Amino acid sequence: MAELLQFVFSGLTVGAIYALVALGFTLIYKASDIINFAQGEFVMLGGMITVFAAIAGVPLPLAALLAVIATTAIGLALHRFAIAPARGASPVALIMITIGASIFLRGTAQIIFDRRFHSLPSLFGNDPIQFGGAAILPQSLVVLASATVIVILLWLFIDRTFLGKAVIATAANRLAARLIGIDTRRIVDLSFALSAAIGAIAGVVITPIALTSYDVGTLLALKGFAAAMLGGIGSAPGAVVGGLLIGMFEALAAGYLSSNYKDAVAFLIILVVLIFIPQGLFGRAKIERV
Amino acid sequence: MIILQTDRLSITFGGVRAIDGVNIAIESGQVFSIIGPNGSGKTTLFNLVSGIYTPDDGTVQFAGETVTGLSPDNLARRGLSRTFQNLQIFSRMSVLENVMVGRQRHERTGILADLLHLPAVARQNEATAEAAHAALARVGLASSSDRSAAALAYGALKRLEIARALASEPTLLLLDEPAAGCNPVETQEIEGVIRSIVKDGITVVLVEHDMRLVMNISDRVHVLAHGRTLAEGSPEQVRSDPAVVEAYLGVHGSQEATRAFD
Amino acid sequence: MTLRTLLGHRLLPALVVAAIVVALPWFFPSTYYYRIGALVFMFALAVVGLNLLMGFAGQVSLGHAGFVGIGAYSVAIGPVHLGLPSWLCLFAGAVLSGAVAFLVGRPILRLKGHYLAVATLGFGLLVAIVLTNEAGLTGGPDGMSVPRLTLFSWTVRGTETWYWIAGATFVGGFVVAANLMESPTGRALQAIHDSEIAALVLGVDVARKKLAVFVISAIYASMAGSYLALFNGHVTPDVAGFLRSIELVAMVVLGGMGSIIGSLVGSALLVVLPQALTIFHQYEQTVLGLILMVFMIFLRRGIVPSLAAALAGPRK
Repeated sequence: MAELLQFVFSGLTVGAIYALVALGFTLIYKASDIINFAQGEFVMLGGMITVFAAIAGVPLPLAALLAVIATTAIGLALHRFAIAPARGASPVALIMITIGASIFLRGTAQIIFDRRFHSLPSLFGNDPIQFGGAAILPQSLVVLASATVIVILLWLFIDRTFLGKAVIATAANRLAARLIGIDTRRIVDLSFALSAAIGAIAGVVITPIALTSYDVGTLLALKGFAAAMLGGIGSAPGAVVGGLLIGMFEALAAGYLSSNYKDAVAFLIILVVLIFIPQGLFGRAKIERV
Repeated sequence: MIILQTDRLSITFGGVRAIDGVNIAIESGQVFSIIGPNGSGKTTLFNLVSGIYTPDDGTVQFAGETVTGLSPDNLARRGLSRTFQNLQIFSRMSVLENVMVGRQRHERTGILADLLHLPAVARQNEATAEAAHAALARVGLASSSDRSAAALAYGALKRLEIARALASEPTLLLLDEPAAGCNPVETQEIEGVIRSIVKDGITVVLVEHDMRLVMNISDRVHVLAHGRTLAEGSPEQVRSDPAVVEAYLGVHGSQEATRAFD
Repeated sequence: MTLRTLLGHRLLPALVVAAIVVALPWFFPSTYYYRIGALVFMFALAVVGLNLLMGFAGQVSLGHAGFVGIGAYSVAIGPVHLGLPSWLCLFAGAVLSGAVAFLVGRPILRLKGHYLAVATLGFGLLVAIVLTNEAGLTGGPDGMSVPRLTLFSWTVRGTETWYWIAGATFVGGFVVAANLMESPTGRALQAIHDSEIAALVLGVDVARKKLAVFVISAIYASMAGSYLALFNGHVTPDVAGFLRSIELVAMVVLGGMGSIIGSLVGSALLVVLPQALTIFHQYEQTVLGLILMVFMIFLRRGIVPSLAAALAGPRK
């Protein structure tokens, strides 16, 4: 029982990160119909920039802030310089652009930083908290709390602010949104910037637990995408639920089956979802009209 | 002989009953037109009959066999062919190649033979090209056969789709607004093409808005409104049916009635 | 045969390529270049297959290195663990890849656009994970050595020999692809690319054709993988990895989607580039990412079609 609890907690922790990546995907997808494969790199950059800024002497909180701002700028640049010029390209072409961007960012990170794994100090120390026979790292709680706060803030933004409504409008019908005066390009800018910021924050809080290196982005993007698909692409609550579920399945598979194959869980889930329930848990099936 | 029949055909999309209990019976060799105001379900009916949608209720019978829910390619292999309202041209292929695809159901070489380019494949390619040329000639596009399909004018593209459908040697041809967006000259050309198709014994089912074309060419006219049958009969019967007139023009337009159908 | 039919003949590009294969060694400053040539032709073989799937039939596969991996490990595991001759394992690998493509393709080819892209991505990653983890069979992350290919009593060794084998096989694969393109199946595939629904109503069994081209492209990839493994004498799981899959796609995109000559161009560029950048090996990913982005934004048609269009002059 204690063991199960342990797996559940580690599953929820990493699941929270997948949820944040999935949220980033969903935000961009809703605003622009684009699957952004560079989403994982935002998480990587959040962690790596913080680490290297701290090594350079910048105090940790400032380093983290710097990382989030820098990553947000990179997210914006990605949209402005790589995506926007390619408007009108097929969905597959756009995916390849974002894959190219992801590899580019990875390669550049490898050169600017290095190839090693890096860590950050935990916010509240490393002494595990005992709970029901399971040991939980304080940083796990930081991760879960951060994710919860971000989700709530995002929900408030979408639901309560005018800008948030503009995002929904753009997601529902771009042309109509433009016709009523919404600058859809700015909205997509915003969605990229927000996604990047969310990813970066996720990267900062998870690094003390899971470490970071130049190539953590790819796997994260794929698992985050699996989470978004599981929840139903285009559904924000789905993204969160999907992320947590994938994190849990992964932890349980690692614990009870084989830790070698834990990465395979997300990919198996992708295949199963796409084949049997392509619209995911909360999504709506699309009808093709001829 | 009844070549196409639907019985209480119905389909619902997200709460809207797009087609509601429609019964049609089409005699072979006829020109059967389906008309109705926008949104009445004409193209939906076509999509149901050609296997693109599966009905929630009711059946479709083609050439005496129940074909409800069969896939479009299955129906095509049984001799049902169609064109599209919003054009589905193979834009990367030439005009001739577009029509050659229409011969798919008659081409017999398997994939292995294709990969090895056995002599049968070369013969098949030749035969297909010939048949495609003939189909193009019937719609007056023979001289454009080598051009890229994307380069053709709109009216020509409509005829290209017809040629492509003809190349499959159907027994029943569904034409979805073949004259849409065509000027009077182009419409007359289309009319000529349809007449020549019917002469070959192919049954033609037409969805159209151009009333002049419909009245000139149809043997029977079926009127849809809000997914339901409003009227059916000869062109003369339908044009003077007050319910039909009202559906198109509204109650106050009834005075203008006959003029609209002249 | 008139000059026109000769120039338009479906085998002319293949002849040109064969001429290139034969003539190239004359320009080699040293035997080292045979190695590069061999690698280019091996990758180009995989790229031709992928191009049939992506450029011609309009489907997408971001996990194609998975099939390369199956082919590569077949000629390693077969001889080492089962004592089978390498040439048999090469064919067995191709059959296995085809079978896997058949099984996996049936459900996932129903998907379109980014759903299909991600499904194939997932597939490729699963193959890589299995290859990494089944260390008892595959040697794990460090891989395993691949015994040399022996045909009758002749051991195939030397970069020169492999150059000719790879070149000849590539030309053969080229011919088969050209055959396919000018056949009823080829027309059906092109039609599917442009309008699936129109293809359907004309009687094309779309699902079956997509599956067929998926299987064919898998077999091409498998053979390329087997050649690479036999040539290098060693194989590691990242032969099936995500980066390799993206490289293959980049080769298709660079050379030109749907252009089988473009397959050679794309392969040549992306094989030669890392060789030219060996000193700057660490820039490889940055450059690859940049190439993908630039080409997909500005030169989506790829090098060969763009050149061809430019040479044909502006058309009205």
